[in-house]
Amino acid sequence: MDETPSASGRSNGPALSPETMKRAYRDMLLVRRFEEKAGQLYGMGLIGGFCHLYIGQEAVVVGIGLNMKQGDKSITSYRDHGQMLVAGMTPRGVMAELTGRSGGYSHGKGGSMHMFSREKEFYGGHGIVGAQVALGTGLAFANKYRGTDEVSIVYFGEGASAQGQVYESFNLAALHKLPCIYVIENNRYGMGTSIERASASKDLSRNGEPWGIASRKVDGMDIFAVHEAAQEAMEYCRSGKGPFLLEMETYRYRGHSMSDPAKYRQRAEVEEMRRTRDPIETLKAEMLRSGIEESVFKDIETDVKAIVADATEFAQTSPEPDVSELWTDILVEA
Amino acid sequence: MASLILMPALSPTMTEGTLARWVKKAGDAVAAGDVIAEIETDKATMEVEAVDEGMIGKTLVDEGTQNIAVNTPIAVLLAEGEDASAADDVVRSSDPAVGAPVAIETPSDPAITEAPEVAQAEDDRDWGETSEITVRQALRDAMAAELRRDEDVFLIGEEVAQYQGAYKISQGLLEEFGEKRVIDTPITEHGFTGMAVGAALTGLKPIVEFMTMNFSLQAIDHIINSAAKTLYMSGGQMGCPIVFRGPNGAAARVGAQHSQCFASWYAHIPGLKVVAPWSAADAKGLLRAAIRDPNPVIVLENEILYGQKFPCPVDEDFILPIGRAKIEREGTDVTLVAFSIMVGVALEAAAILADEGISAEVINLRSIRPLDTETIVRSVKKTNRIVSVEEGWPVAGIGAEICTVAVEQAFDWLDAPPARVCGLDLPMPYAANLEKLALPKPEWVVDAVRKQLRD
Repeated sequence: MDETPSASGRSNGPALSPETMKRAYRDMLLVRRFEEKAGQLYGMGLIGGFCHLYIGQEAVVVGIGLNMKQGDKSITSYRDHGQMLVAGMTPRGVMAELTGRSGGYSHGKGGSMHMFSREKEFYGGHGIVGAQVALGTGLAFANKYRGTDEVSIVYFGEGASAQGQVYESFNLAALHKLPCIYVIENNRYGMGTSIERASASKDLSRNGEPWGIASRKVDGMDIFAVHEAAQEAMEYCRSGKGPFLLEMETYRYRGHSMSDPAKYRQRAEVEEMRRTRDPIETLKAEMLRSGIEESVFKDIETDVKAIVADATEFAQTSPEPDVSELWTDILVEA
Repeated sequence: MASLILMPALSPTMTEGTLARWVKKAGDAVAAGDVIAEIETDKATMEVEAVDEGMIGKTLVDEGTQNIAVNTPIAVLLAEGEDASAADDVVRSSDPAVGAPVAIETPSDPAITEAPEVAQAEDDRDWGETSEITVRQALRDAMAAELRRDEDVFLIGEEVAQYQGAYKISQGLLEEFGEKRVIDTPITEHGFTGMAVGAALTGLKPIVEFMTMNFSLQAIDHIINSAAKTLYMSGGQMGCPIVFRGPNGAAARVGAQHSQCFASWYAHIPGLKVVAPWSAADAKGLLRAAIRDPNPVIVLENEILYGQKFPCPVDEDFILPIGRAKIEREGTDVTLVAFSIMVGVALEAAAILADEGISAEVINLRSIRPLDTETIVRSVKKTNRIVSVEEGWPVAGIGAEICTVAVEQAFDWLDAPPARVCGLDLPMPYAANLEKLALPKPEWVVDAVRKQLRD
């Protein structure tokens, strides 16, 4: 450890250009509106099964995404819609997968929790808590094996941080100095169990210490803080120093999944968070302070609504997969 | 424009619910995220949030109403500047079909629920000159050949590099290929298996050695949920070219936790291939095919066979197709089907039976998944009797599958009920005498055949 982890807010005001701020605002708003629409479609019975929304956590994936470059790989859990949109996957393809249609990324065979894009280097979408951590370590292993300076971003929740394979992965990544950024999205609740009831470790950013993994605890509701920390982690990994751990203190506004009544927390807690720390509102306030005009936000909102409406239309009109899809993609034909 | 708020589905199984309470009433302004009502589902009481901002123009169902079907309009949301009359308009004009759940057609034609025919691999060709080598050498040579052939292939596992392999299968590989491609791991099956599967998803071709297949249980989630299913779940985008190999089944005097056959476990999984070599030629040819295969392949080796010598083709290109069984001995009175070390037991049984004037055909399965049912069925139609021989447990074992194949596809040709010879249905004991009693031996096979001929 070359520094003591501490909750870091932004150090010197906005370090983002007006154009970057606009992009970040647009991306966060896209994730938010997309997820609201997904919730709505679930309510209409157009999306089935499990559906885990990312609303509230947008600054994490967008802030990290600002620092990713071509070839960087990412992987996450089942709360994956935001990661996919930021990876550059089309809202149409993602939404159509949610509705189980042939136009979806997996032709309707994966669903909300299992989506991938070889082209966008997005490796899923995994329904088994913690599995993506070992798999993501393998993505970083592949980067190193091939001798590139590409980085693997591995997202997991504070709930998954109790899984044994997380620490097996930390050990392997540190041993092999793999270019892997572990991002703990600490949204305080693993389904209905609060972090206080689940983890004896009270500071998850220190969970990589036994393996000497550099880390930072970050205000995950503040895109400036996320951006700054991600920049540091990326440089560290790209220069071959090994893995980096970022604990993002964030919050999900919705239930664990669509069918979670969320009785384990007070509604006032959610409302307080939305009112005072909403990542989109926080960025907007900063942009207004920096002189960006109100009309810019209206335009972005209009654009984003149109994109989501188009994706929704596509997801409802794209046909269900042909029955022949039942028997394809079980094995690669040798 | 005014819009309808519909009764939402709030769980994967909810079809109707009770409107327990209106939190917002007609005339109340709402913002996205505000709770407007509480609904009792089949599982819990849930809060319903507004998705858009506006004003509640009208509620359409009363508090306490039960059995409200999903997608029934429950309220009208007015946009900015609209008055209550807009609410009536939208209710009047609403088409009951709009927003109705999409009917999902269930295929009724049974034909499409059956897997398409698997194309037959090429016929066995004659590879010419052979030399006697051990199964251990054959496995080592197979890996060395494929490591030479393809830079994306690497070997990873416990003690595979500096120690030269716990069973000396990887002898000399570190020296030839270096530590980048022959990689020692800590004792961390779950972690290194997940890591190798992740690397394979990017297109690298790992060979994962488990010191014994027993330890693959620590990693079975990645083998099944990550390696076998990702191709399907990704709509064909992301395959997983990986080999999981190691000694399987009973060794000698190592007790219950280290003496178990996993053929049935892994053969159960669509998305995996499973091979089980017996001879040195099987080992070399099948392992090379497994490494080149673009799918996850389980290679079930056997510790007791490692040191046994067999003739193996010397041709540098020698390889065997996965999915093809081999007839090791031709016969006319009964078919014995076996894999791995049990092929030897079946051959011994056939020799004893021959002395009694009974001609047994012995099939070496080589591949468990896909299973070469064509060879099995053809043989049964000739001999009219079948006995499967395996070291694993009987319940839901490979023998159950083979007997079913015979019954389903050659019922009219059978002169006796198919029979299974299996390991005893108990954890492996340590004591030498008890262990010996638990594993199939040629006499068990001979007895099963005699019974078929007598009945």
